[in-house]
Amino acid sequence: MTTLAGTTEAPHTDPSRDPLPRRAVTFLRTHEERMWHWGGRAAAVIPLVALGFALTVLIVKAMPAVRVNGLGFLTRTSWNPGSTYGATVRTNGVAHPLNVSYGAWPMVVGTVQSSVIAVVLAVPLAVGAAFALTERIPRWLSRPLGFTIEVLAGIPSVIIGLWGVLTFGPWLSNNVYPLIADNVPDVPVLRYFLPPVGHGQGLATSGIILALMIVPIIAATTRDLFLQVPPLPREGAVALGMTDYEVARKVTLRWVSSGIIGATVLGLARALGETIAVAMVSGAILGRVAPNIYASMTTIAATIVTQLDSASTDGTGFAVATLAEAALVLAVISVLVNVAARLIISRTGRNGAPIGRG
Amino acid sequence: MSSAPSPITTRALPGTGMRRIYGYVFRGLTYLALILLVGLSAWMVLGVVGRAIPNWQWNVLWTTTKGTGGGLLNAILGTLLLMVGVFIIAGTIGVMGGIHMAELAKPRANGKMGRVSAFLRTCTEILAGFPSIVLGYVGYVALVVGLHWGFSLLPALIILSMMVIPYIAKATEGALRQVPTNYREGAEALGMSTGYSLRKVVLKTALPGITTGLLLALAIASGETAPLLYTANWSDQVPSLQLIGKPVGYLTYPVWTFYNLPEQSAHTLAYDAALLLVVLIFTLLITARIIVARTQRNAEGRVA
Repeated sequence: MTTLAGTTEAPHTDPSRDPLPRRAVTFLRTHEERMWHWGGRAAAVIPLVALGFALTVLIVKAMPAVRVNGLGFLTRTSWNPGSTYGATVRTNGVAHPLNVSYGAWPMVVGTVQSSVIAVVLAVPLAVGAAFALTERIPRWLSRPLGFTIEVLAGIPSVIIGLWGVLTFGPWLSNNVYPLIADNVPDVPVLRYFLPPVGHGQGLATSGIILALMIVPIIAATTRDLFLQVPPLPREGAVALGMTDYEVARKVTLRWVSSGIIGATVLGLARALGETIAVAMVSGAILGRVAPNIYASMTTIAATIVTQLDSASTDGTGFAVATLAEAALVLAVISVLVNVAARLIISRTGRNGAPIGRG
Repeated sequence: MSSAPSPITTRALPGTGMRRIYGYVFRGLTYLALILLVGLSAWMVLGVVGRAIPNWQWNVLWTTTKGTGGGLLNAILGTLLLMVGVFIIAGTIGVMGGIHMAELAKPRANGKMGRVSAFLRTCTEILAGFPSIVLGYVGYVALVVGLHWGFSLLPALIILSMMVIPYIAKATEGALRQVPTNYREGAEALGMSTGYSLRKVVLKTALPGITTGLLLALAIASGETAPLLYTANWSDQVPSLQLIGKPVGYLTYPVWTFYNLPEQSAHTLAYDAALLLVVLIFTLLITARIIVARTQRNAEGRVA
């Protein structure tokens, strides 16, 4: 009530209480509304400016690399910075070291593979955990447990990477991967899971670490969505004698499925762009598509962060331009995925949940 | 604020045969998912803390880094400086943007968002999902190299702010939308102008929510590595307020760079920095939690 009571006093009756000079105060008061409006507008435009700035810089920087690397950039496997000490050559008017051959195929594949593994692992975990938190567990327990998931969302990726590379990855490669690798038959798809299991830095570890990083996004949204499902349909289902599984599958999940899909795609976007943790646990091997699921690999983001240092030693600036091209590819992928997520979510808003709105 | 619907708990499952078994299996799997998640999170935090505590030296708090040894004073102060800067820049812009989206952007006659507002909102959301390393790269080529600012505070602040403005705007918008319409109507009935009621009634009520959003954004900003590596770079010296031309240290750098160096002193620093980061993030998250809990208690008390 304090807020309301505080506002009932007549506004600006006693100018002596104002710390500002009187004219400034009068100006502020008469123009207050307009200033809020213009301040708000200016601030609301800044994301657009930032986005435009970033994309423009990337496109301008990437142009020379596009001219030399051509369309083959997306399909080539090699990553050869050329001989930095030799003579510079010109192709299409762009100077670059002799014998350069840059290809982004392995890192595009690595990005997609690790993100897909992450989503496949994260969705059941997140939905299951959100279900247990909202539907099964009493409130006194679900609050602290929910907080652990919030903490997981807040932990810096460099810390997750540190744990992944020193503790979790080695543990996986000693205890979990051999178990899978030794029991998988040699048939087309599952061949990918055959040994060697490596040393714990690679595609599978990256996927699992990424899954842990996107679970909080999906779980938090799913939990909020579950809480919005009105109790009546669920109670009706229970009264009809449905089991937990049937209520979940036929009522609750139906109600919120497109919201969960939207959250999943947002999680996918996050996984595609995650950098530091992946750079630490992927092994960061350039110029090779991972031969099996345990093998070292790299992603676009990880390549940029690990290669920019050495790229800046290329006197022609061609290596930095190539990284701009890679960054542009990543930016385009992430913008597309984000827009897809928004479309899914905005469709939800229109069609879904007719009763829950009240 | 409506309270969450109570869980529908049926202790024994209905059904017979396979239906019943499916029910139990499903129940078991959801518990398993929760246990896995909580267990892995606990393992992660305790694992890092457990490695860090045997390596902990109090003198990292007041000595600066020398090569791969020494302390972390420069990194601690650098992280705090970056947090303050982000708080000022991204806080102002983000909160103003959130106010614009929730209160000021005029809806069209049919109640939907105007086309411009919808476009700006999409931009904000895309920026929220923009890969941080790409922003870091843009900062490097455009600000550090392009504008000859060198590795320094200003490019780092600009890039970090670009990253967290969408979060803050979103949190502010959410907090403002929670303010009951009655309050606004009451303020208008008392004859307040929109601006005055915004400042005195609406923002005051939404303040806990906005603060929570700001704290979470600071937690994100202080834990970032990728956008800082090529903008702030790293420095052994205690940071100053010099905006350009002088690199800045921060806590995530030693973790990322020192953990796989051969020297023991480097490992010690990496673990100590990790521990400090965990403590910092926990402080921010728990403060945010306390604010939320307190507001909810007050809100519930007020309704009752």
